[in-house]
Amino acid sequence: MAEINVSVNGRAYTRDVEPRTLLVHFLRDAIGLTGTHVGCDTSQCGACTVLLDGRGVKSCTVLAVQANGAQVTTIEGLETNGALHPLQAAFREAHGLQCGFCTPGMIMSSVDLLSHNPHPTEGEIRHALEGNLCRCTGYHNIVKAVQIAANTMAAGGSAVAAD
Amino acid sequence: MYPASFEYHPAASVQDALALLAKYGDEPKLLAGGHSLIPVMKLRFASPAHLIDIGRIPALSAITDGGSAVHIGATARHASVVSSPVVRQKVPLLAEVASHIGDPLIRNMGTIGGSLAHADPAADLPAAMLALGATLVATGPAGTRTIAADDFFTDVFTTALHPGEMLTEIRVPARGAGSGGAYEKNPDPASGYAIVGIAAQVQVSGGTITAARVGMTGLGPKAMRLAAVEGALTGKPATAATVAAAAAHAADGLVFVDDARGSAAYKGNLARVHTRRALARALAAATA
Ligand SMILES: Cc1cc2nc3c(=O)[nH]c(=O)nc-3n(C[C@H](O)[C@H](O)[C@H](O)COP(=O)(O)OP(=O)(O)OC[C@H]3O[C@@H](n4cnc5c(N)ncnc54)[C@H](O)[C@@H]3O)c2cc1C
Ligand code: FES
Ligand code: FES
Repeated sequence: MAEINVSVNGRAYTRDVEPRTLLVHFLRDAIGLTGTHVGCDTSQCGACTVLLDGRGVKSCTVLAVQANGAQVTTIEGLETNGALHPLQAAFREAHGLQCGFCTPGMIMSSVDLLSHNPHPTEGEIRHALEGNLCRCTGYHNIVKAVQIAANTMAAGGSAVAAD
Repeated sequence: MYPASFEYHPAASVQDALALLAKYGDEPKLLAGGHSLIPVMKLRFASPAHLIDIGRIPALSAITDGGSAVHIGATARHASVVSSPVVRQKVPLLAEVASHIGDPLIRNMGTIGGSLAHADPAADLPAAMLALGATLVATGPAGTRTIAADDFFTDVFTTALHPGEMLTEIRVPARGAGSGGAYEKNPDPASGYAIVGIAAQVQVSGGTITAARVGMTGLGPKAMRLAAVEGALTGKPATAATVAAAAAHAADGLVFVDDARGSAAYKGNLARVHTRRALARALAAATA
């Protein structure tokens, strides 16, 4: 076992883990945050996307020990005091999801994108989401949602009240 | 899916990593970004007993301007290579090639040294190393040695690195006026890896091509230079006619098989078409 210290959504966790524990299993099973999904065995679908020190990564392909000392943000860390993050609100508004399985990963990749490119073109959004697969929507409404969120955030909007 | 059990050893320095490699001589594996190793461990194609994490050695990921060459630490992430101002200015071809690796999430974790040491025959970066004439720096118990990119890739998933050695730095000669490069990739639609990738770097002086290096990945057991294409460029006028004549040699000496990725004839055609496109853009960049 190895002891790791990881900050998840701003809260510090110290845990003993088997070195082979994948970050996604650490988040889901050790911490109990099940918003991060597992959609494949081949590191391709992106349903497991989280931010590791601010950058999007596939948490099914990162060992929990590799995140020792790091800051992790998951989908659960986006809302503030019950108010949705602009991306969460925009996915709802634009109908950017159907079954919702890919959505946490789509949103986390989009958070990464907008943090270093606040005004992406449609093409840039599509390229930024290359590592996230959706079997339902056909992607158009996902792209629209990211565009809406980019506009909200550029206009100074932050969180949107959830119902 | 998760890997078989192993012991985990975070290395604090290159010396530390080398000592751990020597200590666990039976079956240790270096862990850089983990984006080739962890997938094969999850599938249980690899079950190393010890993992030595070199991803935490701070100095090993630096990208610095060494004047006549850009020095890239082995654990620099693909995303850092793509966005590095010195890479983009002095060896733009490398940034272009790295931007074709996988997807943005893969590029945030995978490292240049991990990709080169892994030597996947369909990986993108080996083609760039050949086209740019890079030098790879290996460090082992006996000290440091340099390996020309031409000598580094020896076979499928096999390199010139000795057991107990690790890749520590990649030195890429800086490009100046009259030099231009381009990368043309045909990705496998399922995996994203290259069915073929052609990296070309040409030097033009007074309307004549004075030097050309063309690296090919995907269609052979390892990345290789296309010598017949290079030979048909050097000393010739920098024109579309020269490009067309040279690209016709792209599949010379290569043996293709029919498989799920296409027929042998299709692959030969892919090689020629992508070579022509890469050369046309490289020449345009050199004479811009
Ligand atoms: C879904 C997916 C898609 C991908 N698509 C592409 C693609 O389109 N094109 C492409 O080129 N690649 C692709 N990759 C691979 C990616 O580029 C990897 O990052 C890279 O191949 C390995 O780098 P790493 O740092 O993750 O190495 P690791 O996985 O950590 O290590 C790989 C191997 O190299 C060894 N190693 C690592 N560092 C060193 C070192 N410094 N010295 C000696 N040995 C070392 C390890 O022991 C291991 O055997 C893809 C990967 C995934 C998961
Ligand atoms: S679960 Fe599919 S990429 Fe991680
Ligand atoms: S909404 Fe179902 S997979 Fe994307």
